[in-house]
Amino acid sequence: MIRAIDIFKSFGEQDVLKGITTEFYPAQTNLIIGRSGAGKTVLLKLLVGLLAPTSGKVFYDDVDFFALNKRQVRAIRMKVGMLFQASALFDSMTVEQNVRFPLDMFTNMTRKEKLDRVNYCLERVNLHEVNDKFPSELSGGMQKRVGIARAIVLKPKYLFCDEPNSGLDPKTAILIDELIRSITMENNITTVVNTHDMNSVMGIGDNVILLYNGEIAWRGDRDQVMESDNEVLQNFIFASPFLQQLRDSAIKK
Amino acid sequence: MFLKNFLFHLGRYVIMMRTAFYRPERVSMYYKETMRQMNDIGIGSLLIVALISIFIGAVTAVQFSYQLDGTLVPTYYIGYIVRDSTIIELAPTITCLVLAGKVGSNMAAEIGGMRQKEHIDAMEIMGVNTAGYLIMPKVVAALFVIPMLVAIAAFISIMGGYVAAVPTGLMSNAEFVQGVRSFFVPYNVTMMFVKAVVFAVLLTSVSCYQGYYVEGGSIELGKASTNAVVFSDILILLADYVIAVLLTG
Ligand SMILES: Nc1ncnc2c1ncn2[C@@H]1O[C@H](COP(=O)(O)OP(=O)(O)O)[C@@H](O)[C@H]1O
Ligand SMILES: [Mg+2]
Repeated sequence: MIRAIDIFKSFGEQDVLKGITTEFYPAQTNLIIGRSGAGKTVLLKLLVGLLAPTSGKVFYDDVDFFALNKRQVRAIRMKVGMLFQASALFDSMTVEQNVRFPLDMFTNMTRKEKLDRVNYCLERVNLHEVNDKFPSELSGGMQKRVGIARAIVLKPKYLFCDEPNSGLDPKTAILIDELIRSITMENNITTVVNTHDMNSVMGIGDNVILLYNGEIAWRGDRDQVMESDNEVLQNFIFASPFLQQLRDSAIKK
Repeated sequence: MFLKNFLFHLGRYVIMMRTAFYRPERVSMYYKETMRQMNDIGIGSLLIVALISIFIGAVTAVQFSYQLDGTLVPTYYIGYIVRDSTIIELAPTITCLVLAGKVGSNMAAEIGGMRQKEHIDAMEIMGVNTAGYLIMPKVVAALFVIPMLVAIAAFISIMGGYVAAVPTGLMSNAEFVQGVRSFFVPYNVTMMFVKAVVFAVLLTSVSCYQGYYVEGGSIELGKASTNAVVFSDILILLADYVIAVLLTG
């Protein structure tokens, strides 16, 4: 479990996060939703320590993350996997080398064991025969999958995904979502996913927080989304005139 | 304002370098990376260093023979002057100025690109000491390879002097050889290697620093690459002076 307590973050004059307190649970896909610019990426980077909060605390289970020294932080990070918005694959390495990199760096496995683990992870994200390709030779969806494979190769306890399905077609987006959810369930991972996609919310939203104006405007799970009359949430879901029309006609009926 | 800025960068540079020399997570990975860097820096720069050295030696020979023409200084001194000016000053300094332009800007762009594309963040999340993995192998590789390049540069430079002086009739083969063998002070070679080592550390670490803390987009990346060269060059020349004062005093 990860707990964020009263997180504030400002960049100069701009207050991006104003008192975020929430919990993220194991074996669930915990979603952070909100419009572009709401501060989702900033919150995620705070949780993993890539940014420092202006004030507030983050606990990994019972460990106070920001009180750790550099070595202890690295020890926690070995248990953390992260998928970046732009995948962040190392472009001078092949797919196989990318996924193998954490194994090379941190394990004493033999060549064969590493290769087996890499192939298992690539298999797990439904990628076949791409071992020797370079990231630039893959489609966006495939890059995300390689990103996921690399993130899970060390069997993380915590998984962070920044907009895992942005820029993908709806079918692929749903596949990626489901992949993340099933990996989460299988391995009892505490997964935190940023998204602005309602399909993701309804598909994998076990525990959802909605960021608005730097605060949590709504929280709940996917079943509570439709029942809620929270105005911010309604505005977020029914963002387009088309969707608003759809809602209004449904209400009339 | 300037002082504050200077202290900020100096402090951040020192912290970065200290972090870079923590114990490696996995020696074999660092070793592999160091070998790759040695190849990049060494083999990759051999041609340009050789080319420049030939001309430096040649120009030194031609110009000194012009300056000494009609004086009482014996002709064979030209060989001696070419040898010593090359070893003490030209080979280490010019080679490293050129390497700052070639290797330094390349390092800043490589690391800076990784920063901007979140590759460094991705490694951090894995638990990698990124300052260590990205910087230590480069500095260590440069420490070994750049002195070798400088030694090669000195040798080729003296050959360049020979080529410019002997076949063209400025002096005879015997005179040049006599010059090169006269008044040899082994200490000058030590001085050359001291310079090479200091310049190597300066140019790699300064360039890595420029890349490691880059922000923004392609304009900033270009700037970081330019800054890597400019600051490396300035510091190399400054260090050149300091070493000259210290080692000849
Ligand atoms: N490094 C930074 N420096 C200054 N402002 C930043 C930085 N990172 C993010 N911001 C600001 O924080 C706000 C939230 O950004 P972000 O978390 O990326 O939004 P999103 O919810 O789309 O992921 C934006 O207004 C952005 O301008
Ligand atoms: Mg974002």
